[in-house]
Amino acid sequence: MIRDFFKTLVSNRKSLVGLCILGFLVFVALLAPVIAPYDPKADRTVTIKPLTEADRTEDELSSDTPADDEDLSTYRVTTTQDFEKHTKYFPLRAKPSAKHILGTNHAGNDLFSQLVWGSRTSLLVGLGTGLFVTFISLTLALLAGYLGGAADDIISFITNIMLVIPGLPLMIVIAAYVTMKGVFPIVLILGLTDWPYPTRVLRSQVLTLKNRDFVRVSKALGEKTSFVVFREILPNMISIVMAEFFQACMSAMLGEATLEFIGLGNLSVVSWGTILYWAQTNGALLSGAWWWFLPPGLCIALMGTAFILINFAIDEISNPKLRRR
Amino acid sequence: MKYLLRKLGMLLFTLFVALTLNFFLPRLMPGDPAQALLGKMEGVPPEQLDSIRAAFGLDTKDSLGVQYWHYLVNTAKGNFGVSFSRFPMPVADVMRIAVPWSLGLMGLCTIISFIVGTLIGIAAAWKRETKLASFTVGFFSFIRSFPYFWLGLVFVYLFAFKLRALPLGGAYDTDAVRGSWAWWGSVLQHGILPALTICMSSIGGWMLTMRNNMINVLAEDYITVAVAKGLSLRRIKSLYAAKNAILPSVTGFAMSLGFVVGGGLVTEMVFSYPGVGYMLLQAVNAKDYPLMQTIFLFIAAAVLVANFIADIAIMFLDPRVRDGAK
Amino acid sequence: MAEEIQGTEKETAMLEVRHLKAGYGTLKGFVRAVDDVSLSLAKGGFLGIAGESGCGKSTLAYAIMRLLKDNARIESGEVLFKGRELVGLPESEMRKLRWAEIAMVFQSAMNALNPVLSVGEQLSDAALAHRPDMKKKEAMDLAVEMLELVDINADRLKSYPHQLSGGMKQRVMIAMALMLKPDLLIMDEPTTALDVVVQRTIIEKIDDLRKKLGFSVIFITHDLSLLVEISDTLAVMYAGKICEYGRAAELFESAHHPYTRGLMNSFPTLTGPISRMGGIEGHAPDLLAPPPGCRFAPRCPKAGPECSAREPELVDMGGGRLCACHKPEVSNA
Repeated sequence: MIRDFFKTLVSNRKSLVGLCILGFLVFVALLAPVIAPYDPKADRTVTIKPLTEADRTEDELSSDTPADDEDLSTYRVTTTQDFEKHTKYFPLRAKPSAKHILGTNHAGNDLFSQLVWGSRTSLLVGLGTGLFVTFISLTLALLAGYLGGAADDIISFITNIMLVIPGLPLMIVIAAYVTMKGVFPIVLILGLTDWPYPTRVLRSQVLTLKNRDFVRVSKALGEKTSFVVFREILPNMISIVMAEFFQACMSAMLGEATLEFIGLGNLSVVSWGTILYWAQTNGALLSGAWWWFLPPGLCIALMGTAFILINFAIDEISNPKLRRR
Repeated sequence: MKYLLRKLGMLLFTLFVALTLNFFLPRLMPGDPAQALLGKMEGVPPEQLDSIRAAFGLDTKDSLGVQYWHYLVNTAKGNFGVSFSRFPMPVADVMRIAVPWSLGLMGLCTIISFIVGTLIGIAAAWKRETKLASFTVGFFSFIRSFPYFWLGLVFVYLFAFKLRALPLGGAYDTDAVRGSWAWWGSVLQHGILPALTICMSSIGGWMLTMRNNMINVLAEDYITVAVAKGLSLRRIKSLYAAKNAILPSVTGFAMSLGFVVGGGLVTEMVFSYPGVGYMLLQAVNAKDYPLMQTIFLFIAAAVLVANFIADIAIMFLDPRVRDGAK
Repeated sequence: MAEEIQGTEKETAMLEVRHLKAGYGTLKGFVRAVDDVSLSLAKGGFLGIAGESGCGKSTLAYAIMRLLKDNARIESGEVLFKGRELVGLPESEMRKLRWAEIAMVFQSAMNALNPVLSVGEQLSDAALAHRPDMKKKEAMDLAVEMLELVDINADRLKSYPHQLSGGMKQRVMIAMALMLKPDLLIMDEPTTALDVVVQRTIIEKIDDLRKKLGFSVIFITHDLSLLVEISDTLAVMYAGKICEYGRAAELFESAHHPYTRGLMNSFPTLTGPISRMGGIEGHAPDLLAPPPGCRFAPRCPKAGPECSAREPELVDMGGGRLCACHKPEVSNA
């Protein structure tokens, strides 16, 4: 069942394109050190060249004979070598050139390197939060949907309330109070505000499956709850869980970019969102530096498009009415 | 009627939850908000600091319960405290300036996006086979993958910077006399780009939902019956298909609204549009907690009220809901 | 009741289907749910079509009314309604015909009623669509008249579908079909989702209305027992083909086709000796790749070697009875 799902996903043209884009971006992120010409935070290149050979001299400072068979001496070693240190500072706010194909930002960092390295953060946060949210919502959905009763009442109630409270303002308010160390707080914040919607969607799916005959038969046969949940219900939910996963990834990526852009994220980290923040605060737009703010947005959009394509395909697979006729 | 009362109850309860969250959140977070304020006021004698503390309700002498009670009472009275960053302006006054701009911009955009998005969605589903329909779906899906604010940036760059056709930011021309025709004209002019940004992204959401709903509804049996009865295509499209397809959209209105509001906030930030979103940005950067919290409360309340209106609308549209079947 | 059966050249039949082929295009090929079906219905007659689920009877009904959609279509053949060819008729003409002259009563189990419109609105719009000169009030009055015919109170005009019971919904659908007093009523499993008592009332009501208004009926069902008293003629379908056809009363007396006999054995008779109930083993064939020769052969207790070799044709057994079988049973009961 699960294998069939993935096989169908690969054969569908839309999801194939989406998966390729995703694969490409993951590839770039993994090989960032190789692909990026410079360190993203570097603002200069330093070349150190030795001018002469190392000249070593030894001077005896003292000599002593404490006993017949003992010698004690102190000596000083001095190594002299001439170096040439060539520091080439990157130009600030430079236009694209051969050395910096996307130009540089206000601090002289190479924007292309930032873009490449930034993919790591953006992808990490996106996929990480996606996993986090999917895990939470799936667990809650199974508990509420399968167990029913009080558990369902409580979980549904909380979910419905959280659903109506708007996400971004809540994120902003929470993020304003939290000091950012690394990206983990962002993942946490995004996760804690994104879980209600998938929970609701997954829960109704669990309820539908719970009432299907094959599950009822399984229960009637006396199978353990864990068996019914993990071997009967879960495999039949795979397509919708994946759809929610990709949806969560995309909204996490957009959320992270938005938070960074506002200035609430961790600004010392390099991600597509922080590039946009610095672009905005340094008036990139007003100086017409389109190479600064256009690429990061396009990258985010590219990633988002990949997720959407994959989700379109999943929609078509699970709802035959949506397929091409 | 029972349905309406239940929904009203939910509205009030959720509002209450938002209020409570608002109260406890800053108190749960590490760091002392008072420090932030005091940090800005150098050279203030310590006795004054204490009275300032009291004025801001940062007095920790009272128990949490008492503080909470004071907070609720104050909120009911409309007393939201004094803004840190615009001291000594009361928060309520700051809100009074900013709210109309946001309501105008986002309210208008929400209505436009909903109507346009729904209509396009109906058409896209009805004429599924055409290239135009596929293109529309693809186009809006692609636009949705862009961050709201980035779209805004692109628009500013294209229209304001390059083409110099529209203003870079702000809500109106500061030179014009307030209330004059020229002033209203400038309001419209300044509103075009922010509105375009918000609408572009949110139309897609409603369009795609409506399209999916329509496709599902069109496969239903009562549509076949309608065709068998020989009804006009227009009647089938509207009263048989669309009227049923729109129900999930209205039911999910609150959630969609949350996205639009979020996008609207960020758009305001990009365009320096003096609405609630822009104020929020400034408040966050200045660590102006009273203002920040009140803005959050206001946004939550607005969304809840809009949701309630959607609940009422559903009652009129879906007879099953009227009878409490759901 | 004296009835005409097909073959009389004296008057044009209400409906004549000739060698109709229709089905569904799938990725794996064309599923011919209606495979060379011919039948005839006289004016005022009652034709029952019986068969298992999936035998093609609903497809036949939809084909006649040209309601096949998406990947379903008519492949070839003729459908003559009052002498007029329906296959190939432009949709605009068909739309005028539908409901005014041929109407369909759908299964009540289906989601056949629009949940957001009242009963009155759904009844009246059928009339208004065909009579642009009619006013809304007139249409509503007509709706009330029809509801009364099916024993539903006029105050139900404002009710919504979810407020009606299954039996009531079915009766609303009958009323809806009769709005324009059509000449032909096609009923697709109108009693399937209802309990036995309600079934009875519906069947009686249909018979009663037929006598009152004089329309012809095609009644499709999988439950042969329903057709015992009311049908004039009966067609038994299996796997897309008609296997037996003839006057209902005679068919019940002595069915020739083993499948028909099997169906008869599946329900007890009120009169006659108490005998062991049978059933039919196995299940219907896959219409993508039907078995060679007679399609019923794999399940037929009487099948012989020639049954799977050659497909049987409909043979006139005399007295208007047609049977498609190599080894028909020409004995009693």
